[in-house]
Amino acid sequence: MSAVTDTVRVSVAKGGGVGQSIRDSLVIARRNVVRMLRIPEVVVFGLIQPIMFVVLFSYVFGGSISIPGAGISASGYREFLMAGIFAQTVTFAVAGSGAGIADDMHKGLIDRFRSLPMARGAVLTGRTIADLVQTALTLVVLAVVAVIVGWRTHENFGKVLAGFGLLLLLGYAFTWIGALIGLSVRTPEAATSGGLVWLFPLTFISNAFVPSQNMPAFLETIANWNPFSATVQASRQLFGNMPAGYPVPDAWPMQHPVWASLIWSALIVLVFRTLAVRKYRSTSA
Amino acid sequence: MPGAIHAEGLVKTFGDVRALDGVDLDVPEGTVLGLLGPNGAGKTTAVRCLTTLLTPDSGKATVAGIDVLKHPNEVRRSIGLSGQFAAVDEYLTGRENLQMVGQLYQMRAKAAKARAAELLERFGLADAADRPAKTYSGGMRRRLDLAAALIVSPPVMFMDEPTTGLDPRNRQSLWDVIQELVAGGTTLLLTTQYLEEADKLAHDICVVDHGRVIARGTSDQLKAQTGGERVEVVVHERDHMATARQVLAGFGKGETTVEEHTRKLTVPVTGGAKLLAEVIRELDARGIEIDDIGLRRPTLDDVFISLTGHVAEETGPTAGTEGADEATTSAPSAKEAGK
Ligand SMILES: Nc1ncnc2c1ncn2[C@@H]1O[C@H](COP(=O)(O)OP(=O)(O)O)[C@@H](O)[C@H]1O
Ligand SMILES: [Mg+2]
Repeated sequence: MSAVTDTVRVSVAKGGGVGQSIRDSLVIARRNVVRMLRIPEVVVFGLIQPIMFVVLFSYVFGGSISIPGAGISASGYREFLMAGIFAQTVTFAVAGSGAGIADDMHKGLIDRFRSLPMARGAVLTGRTIADLVQTALTLVVLAVVAVIVGWRTHENFGKVLAGFGLLLLLGYAFTWIGALIGLSVRTPEAATSGGLVWLFPLTFISNAFVPSQNMPAFLETIANWNPFSATVQASRQLFGNMPAGYPVPDAWPMQHPVWASLIWSALIVLVFRTLAVRKYRSTSA
Repeated sequence: MPGAIHAEGLVKTFGDVRALDGVDLDVPEGTVLGLLGPNGAGKTTAVRCLTTLLTPDSGKATVAGIDVLKHPNEVRRSIGLSGQFAAVDEYLTGRENLQMVGQLYQMRAKAAKARAAELLERFGLADAADRPAKTYSGGMRRRLDLAAALIVSPPVMFMDEPTTGLDPRNRQSLWDVIQELVAGGTTLLLTTQYLEEADKLAHDICVVDHGRVIARGTSDQLKAQTGGERVEVVVHERDHMATARQVLAGFGKGETTVEEHTRKLTVPVTGGAKLLAEVIRELDARGIEIDDIGLRRPTLDDVFISLTGHVAEETGPTAGTEGADEATTSAPSAKEAGK
């Protein structure tokens, strides 16, 4: 007898429960991290865009954008800007997770996974965990570049870490949006563009690059309630990058940005995780 | 007692397309069912329904005695699926691919590792085991995919067109693996467009077309159903074809088919070798020179043509086999006619 059959029918553990969910998710996360390390171009190119933003925004717009409470100064704008660029960068993970999952569908891997006795959401959870690892790496590099161009924090280490924590949470939430997009389109390319088209308006109609007070009234309202703005405002505060006399807009999320950021991110995870897992399990086509 | 794979009245529609239009299947434990049909017949849809990937609009199915619709996750524990296209992660090595699938079948990491090594060895992938699968040839990917499906030695296997696109050597080596698997007691449902493949591997064959099973039985039964043997003659000179046709008509039990470009005439007969000798004598007496003559048993291609009125496969598995030859009979191409 040969190896094809001679191993006793491997006893397949019963599995089930939270333990299995965690185990399966970690197996998938590990697989995606290994992939990432073998395609470092993706990580590198993912870094170029935000680094260019840091440099371009600081030096090109730095001298012309007025920050309430700080007036017009390149160094003041640079400090104000970083939280915005960090936040925009973490949301770009939406494209990576969407394209990755669309690629897995395209290659038939999702069918393979769906035919295995795995935990329901593990393929998607594993993907989002791997994306979180990548986002964290990207943030580290970006923070170093920011420090090089003159960004400084003015709060204690704990608060600065909390600021990065909120940014990571936002990025994690957005990878679930990416997961849903990836499952809904036919090609990785479509997932990338489908993930990015709405990110530009979302991140620009916010307080990320210019103070919302500088916008027309109706855009200011949108910007103040934009989930993205809450995290920008929160991390900007936690980094101590809010100019001393900066008037806080009247909207609730801007008054309580840390809570608003947590609530928005949790809500996005809840809604999009539910939809994405349902879509993954859907057996209609 | 229902077989290891059992389906009744499976229907699945996609918009206007009835991909499955009431399919019944039964595969007794330890046997191989060949689901034979052309592109678009509904083979993949049937496999997807039976492997819990797709919910049929109506009908029911059990695999390894478990209801596919009610307990999909229990079914998943008992099956291995090798889909129509090799599903391997190109950036992982062969070994990593297998270990991952093993762990997702809930094997312990150590057991998955040992089993992966064993299968890599068996499937001739040991040398390439630690290279990313992206560097593998088509045949190697296919073998890796099959190994992944076998990682827990599931009692029931599904293989969707396992040898499509493989060269003859890789096809043969995959056939060997499949035969070994079945000898070990695994129940297998295999889809194929290759008549030769179904003939070789399957105990029972279901011929599907447009979502329906249009015939079922053993290879021999299906051949018998199409009619018995026939005499095939290739005459040396085109001018002799008309006379030869008269001669054959005298012996035949049905219509004589004539293939101008190959100078081949075929007629259904009964009477075996003795009759063949008589035909040869008669042709000789009339002064007809022959290049080739023989008694042919029908192939599955004939079965398909007689059932559906069209040819099953687009390209034969190995050029020059009887099967591939037959396929050109009713659809001679311009290129073929020229030679
Ligand atoms: N997901 C799908 N959406 C729409 N049509 C489909 C889908 N899957 C299969 N079909 C259609 O169903 C029919 C049967 O397809 P399939 O089962 O893939 O055939 P086979 O595997 O025998 O080539 C074809 O007409 C195909 O176009
Ligand atoms: Mg198919």
